[in-house]
Amino acid sequence: MVLMKMKFPFEKRVKLAQCLWLLSWMATLAGAFTFTLGCFLKTELRRRAEVMDNTEIHAVPNTLMIVGLASLGINYFAGRMCQDALDAGRFPRWKTFMQPYWGVSLLFTLLMLTAVIMSYAMKGNLESSLKIGLKNGIRFYKDTDTPGRCFQKQTIDRLQMEFRCCGNTDFKDWFEVQWISNRYLDFSSKEVKDRVKSNVDGRYLFDGVPFSCCNPSSPRPCIQDRLTNNSAHYSYEHQTEELNIYIRGCREALVNYYMGLMNTIGAAVLSVFLVQSSVLVSLRYLQTAMEAVAGQENTEIETEGYLLEKGVKETIMEYVTPVLVFLQLNQVGSEDAEA
Amino acid sequence: MALMVVKFDLKKRVKLAQFLWLMYWFSVMAGVLVFSMGLFFKIELRKRSEMMDNNESHFVPNLLIAVGLLACGINAMGGKICYDSLDPIKFSRWKPMLKSFLVSCVAFNCLLVLTALLCFLMRIPLQFTLAEGLKNALKFYKDTDTPGRCYMKRTLDQMQMEFRCCGNNNFRDWFEIQWVSNRYLDFSAKEVKDRIGSNVDGKYLMDAVPFSCCNPSSPRPCIQYQVTNNTAHYSYDHHTEDLNIWKRGCRDALISYYGGMMNTIGALVLLVAILEVIVMIGLQYVNTSLSNLVNPEDPESESEGWILEKTVKETFTDIMDKMKAMSKGNTVEEGGVDGVATVS
Repeated sequence: MVLMKMKFPFEKRVKLAQCLWLLSWMATLAGAFTFTLGCFLKTELRRRAEVMDNTEIHAVPNTLMIVGLASLGINYFAGRMCQDALDAGRFPRWKTFMQPYWGVSLLFTLLMLTAVIMSYAMKGNLESSLKIGLKNGIRFYKDTDTPGRCFQKQTIDRLQMEFRCCGNTDFKDWFEVQWISNRYLDFSSKEVKDRVKSNVDGRYLFDGVPFSCCNPSSPRPCIQDRLTNNSAHYSYEHQTEELNIYIRGCREALVNYYMGLMNTIGAAVLSVFLVQSSVLVSLRYLQTAMEAVAGQENTEIETEGYLLEKGVKETIMEYVTPVLVFLQLNQVGSEDAEA
Repeated sequence: MALMVVKFDLKKRVKLAQFLWLMYWFSVMAGVLVFSMGLFFKIELRKRSEMMDNNESHFVPNLLIAVGLLACGINAMGGKICYDSLDPIKFSRWKPMLKSFLVSCVAFNCLLVLTALLCFLMRIPLQFTLAEGLKNALKFYKDTDTPGRCYMKRTLDQMQMEFRCCGNNNFRDWFEIQWVSNRYLDFSAKEVKDRIGSNVDGKYLMDAVPFSCCNPSSPRPCIQYQVTNNTAHYSYDHHTEDLNIWKRGCRDALISYYGGMMNTIGALVLLVAILEVIVMIGLQYVNTSLSNLVNPEDPESESEGWILEKTVKETFTDIMDKMKAMSKGNTVEEGGVDGVATVS
């Protein structure tokens, strides 16, 4: 039982070959485009690598780059094959090449789809990575004299200004961390001693945020310290004040930014996947139609093309059975050895 | 004696025409580049128009746009002439206007050089414009409730953060104006009353700067208030503190930004002018070589090409004589002298 049979007279075969040639060139460009999208995404992720805990999210751009490069090769061969398809004498030399070609191209086309699914599925992974990275960034904000961490302050400040965000979940994260280095605290003053004593770890905590949390759109000059104290500032109520500092947390801002980027890239890669699949389907029809012509005297006869010679289940069994036999043989061999 | 004579056979003439056709296409693209740079410069000036006083001159970017369009037109025409020069019949149609075309090319090149010069010189009026504009911008920083000025605070804050600068000449400009709106000042407090009483205009002045002056690269959290008071902050000396707030004034920052842009554009326009001179000389060679065939009936004969028919000095005196003749009017005596004028 053949899957999706179609009749191909000579003119239809020629048209199919010409269409496929054009389509394979489009798919080559699409493959190059996918590669550049992967590079772009990787660059954007590397720019903020300091506030990410792990690089697992890099699997998405890496997959895109691999798939882009592979599709260049796949579509190049598809173009060559359909050029030879118009000449019945030259087509049979591709016979031995076809089997591994189908394996490789199906693998990479599925990988393309996997990349799109991954870009949506890895949102949780990205979020947890950012949560830990930002927590560390805020903790090490004050360590501008520690080698290896001395740029955390600058990184976090520039991040907050560029993405218009404050803190990890929100601005209150700054209240729980000592973000002023001990070098700049006068330990002889009463206020500092009180604050340091007021908590178990001996940290200088207060309800203030760094200047990079300030919102330029605020109508009044920025209020950074004593944020929760309404009486410390004239005509100020922190519950209703929205424009003074950025309300949004940096984790949310970064996740939104990257998910927006990956959604756009996912949509583009999905359309590339459709183009690539149509190339492979057309090539399969062309291959089966030309195989029927091989050996015939009149090359202009009508032939049939199909997707699969047997049904889907039978074809899968055909490929899986040798693998099972191989595994069983191993089992039998080991049993014999034991006996 | 002609200037820089070169002998041409048919092959050499054809090669020259083809090469020149290619060069004209490059020149068209160069014209497009000049046009787009003028457009870009105009957009950049408009982006910061709030920082400049209202009569800032857009003359230079407009001139760049016009020159770019003109370059495209002239070079496209030159390319068409070169393309037709390989066919004697088509070329004979162009022959009458070729001399005036070359003269207009000379004038256009002078215009290009002038444009480049203006690009380099525009820095000077820009400095005055920015000084005035920034002074006003700083004054209106607090007026976030006045229609028409309510975005000045945001614009100035974003500009100071983007260009890494503070104030007009330097950060002390903020000490001389009131940048906190009266709406947020508690007039019943002693401190406010003291500060207002301390100056003639009744302005609330303090030695503090807005948050946008803060430098993220500073190792310590930003000190915005009591900037000149060493005792107000632990381990702080405002004379030696470099990294706390931006030291540079915004006028200097904007001048160097626009100055760099204008220098690049001016240099590029000069390069385009050099390219134009080269193609103009090439076209003159094509013109003269095709006009001076040894055997006028045979298009494949040899010919000579030159830049000027006489030496530079003689050509110059000829032009001067012509201009004198035109200014004196066509009298009979001058008519005799005119007969000596060049015919090319």
